Amino acid sequence: MEILHYPFDSQLILRTKKKIRRELLAENTARLKKKIAILCGSTTAEIRVVLELFLLDQGIEAEFYESEYNNYWQDVMFGNPQLLDFQPDLIYIHTTSRNLSLLPKITDYPEAIEQKLNEEFERFQSMWEKIAESFHCPVIQNNFERPFFRLMGNRDISDVHGRSNFVSRLNQKLYEYAQSHQNFYINDIDFLSACFGLEKWNDPFYWHMYKCAPAAPAVPELAFNLANIIKSIYGKNKKALALDLDNTLWGGVVGEDGPDKIEIGQETAVGQVYSEFQSYLKDQQSLGVLLTINSKNDMENALAGLNRPDSVLKPEDFLIIKANWQNKDQNLKEIAEELNIGTDALVFVDDNPAERHIVRSQVPDAAVPEIGEPQDYLITLDRSGFFDVTGLSEDDLSRNEMYKANIRRVHQQAAFTDYKEYLLSLEMKAEIKPFSSVYMARIAQLTNKSNQFNLTTRRCTEAELSQIAADPGYITLYGKLSDKFGDNGVVSVVFGHKESDVFHIDLWLMSCRVLKRDMEFAMMDELVRRCRAAGVKTIRGYYYPTKKNAMVKDFYGILSFIKIDENTDGSTIWKLDISEAYERKNTVITIEE
Amino acid sequence: MKDNISREEILRKLNSVFCDVFDDDTLVITENTTADDIDDWDSLAQITLIAAIEKEFGVRFDVKTALTLKKISEIIDFIEVW
Repeated sequence: MEILHYPFDSQLILRTKKKIRRELLAENTARLKKKIAILCGSTTAEIRVVLELFLLDQGIEAEFYESEYNNYWQDVMFGNPQLLDFQPDLIYIHTTSRNLSLLPKITDYPEAIEQKLNEEFERFQSMWEKIAESFHCPVIQNNFERPFFRLMGNRDISDVHGRSNFVSRLNQKLYEYAQSHQNFYINDIDFLSACFGLEKWNDPFYWHMYKCAPAAPAVPELAFNLANIIKSIYGKNKKALALDLDNTLWGGVVGEDGPDKIEIGQETAVGQVYSEFQSYLKDQQSLGVLLTINSKNDMENALAGLNRPDSVLKPEDFLIIKANWQNKDQNLKEIAEELNIGTDALVFVDDNPAERHIVRSQVPDAAVPEIGEPQDYLITLDRSGFFDVTGLSEDDLSRNEMYKANIRRVHQQAAFTDYKEYLLSLEMKAEIKPFSSVYMARIAQLTNKSNQFNLTTRRCTEAELSQIAADPGYITLYGKLSDKFGDNGVVSVVFGHKESDVFHIDLWLMSCRVLKRDMEFAMMDELVRRCRAAGVKTIRGYYYPTKKNAMVKDFYGILSFIKIDENTDGSTIWKLDISEAYERKNTVITIEE
Repeated sequence: MKDNISREEILRKLNSVFCDVFDDDTLVITENTTADDIDDWDSLAQITLIAAIEKEFGVRFDVKTALTLKKISEIIDFIEVW
């Protein structure tokens, strides 16, 4: 919903939040359901209400538990039964510098301050550890905003007796904890409060009147930032940028001004603005964001612009360059199709409001930010949080290479008339093994974002998957596929549980980047082998239809399962007897031991 | 207030703030309306109202005044003399 997209009007959101909620709920789209516990050191009703809006907009329908005011620590440490009953999928700990009880005094010896610092940190650490033990769910913890006054003035930040110094050192300890613990995320209110203005963020009026920290007008900023972390944890980040060229990546119109006259590089102030933006995009690419071009231009001119020696981004940085004269919404749909991703994973960046308008109306699920003036482009994209990083897998870092290899495969395929010969020519190798901690981040990512080749669409957090992997009642498999063009990384995940000699498949998914490569057959062969070794006689498969997974409706039929039940909602149950002979189905992929 | 707008005008603008905050276009407030007259007027709504009124009229409440405001007429008084 437009009103919730960055840059938003915080006051308008606050004032009309009931109406926004009503309209979002009326949209009636399929949303991910999650239970979120808010443990708080201040009043959080306002935060909960606004967070709900941003999450609904991101496709997440949240049910909330809210701790009593300032009971965050007690709720966890002494096992509040309501919280235990609630069984949260995610816990958010909303604390601020107002909640720090041990602060340095001017008369303290440095050793005493050190001890206060450690005690304050350990109070939080013990809570996080208790949560990890009791709930096995992701935890989001606020860092601490700078205190809004400085007793010692400028010395407050450098002297150990200063609160500013104390808070800054406490934050460092939080970050060290975050670096060494999975499923633990920092909500960076230190940054937000600085952007918002520390005095307004910490307006004492709202604290003394209502025990609100931050002040009510800052709540949308906080809730938006938090929603971006949550949607990222649940695999709802965007994947690709579709960028316009003229006046978006450089100043001027290359087709009219000529490649020598467009503004890019260090010669002019305008050129520098665009260069900085291009550098930012190049850095986004290194995080795994896919770059594409969607421009009304002749291809020749588009390439001439990008080939300028002072252009940071070069033609080879883009997976797809659409430089033509067809409508941009059409180009955008084609980009999604060629990359094999949904249009909802795209961000369209264009300086022209008319183009933005048409794309917004024709491709409503793509993100189309109001990017402002050239000097605002970078900040708008950055603050929008489209690609908020919660886990950085190997896969993310090499994603652009993988998609490039895919495009080369499509060219190779054109040279073969026999499909099996083409598959053999790829010289595919697969590694199919039980879940391993090395790949857990990627496995979790796949369970949360695979929609099409996904039989049950069961979403799991990393913590749940680790539990399943350790449970002897389960058989788990990940599949990694490589070929002569490159490594696709982990692309398939299967797990299920055993009940005497029957094995139930709880989840079977595959990334669409390896469709039609027979990887599903290789997974099946390995699953059958492991089931047999575990004494399984029958395998049961389940298909639960969603808006997006029709492609696997008859998947178990293809694997020779027999349909034994069909419900009115379209869900089906299948079974396969494996006590007799089983013929291996994969003939084109070599399985690595 | 600097612009010297009338009590009626302040009331009209306040009414529109209340309609938004309570998501009820039919809501009509008068100078005599109190928190007891509006079902959803709880502490959460109070916070939202304060923020919205500050923004709408460019005023800033102090803690003491905010604690004593009970009736719409008192809010108008406050805005009028700001």
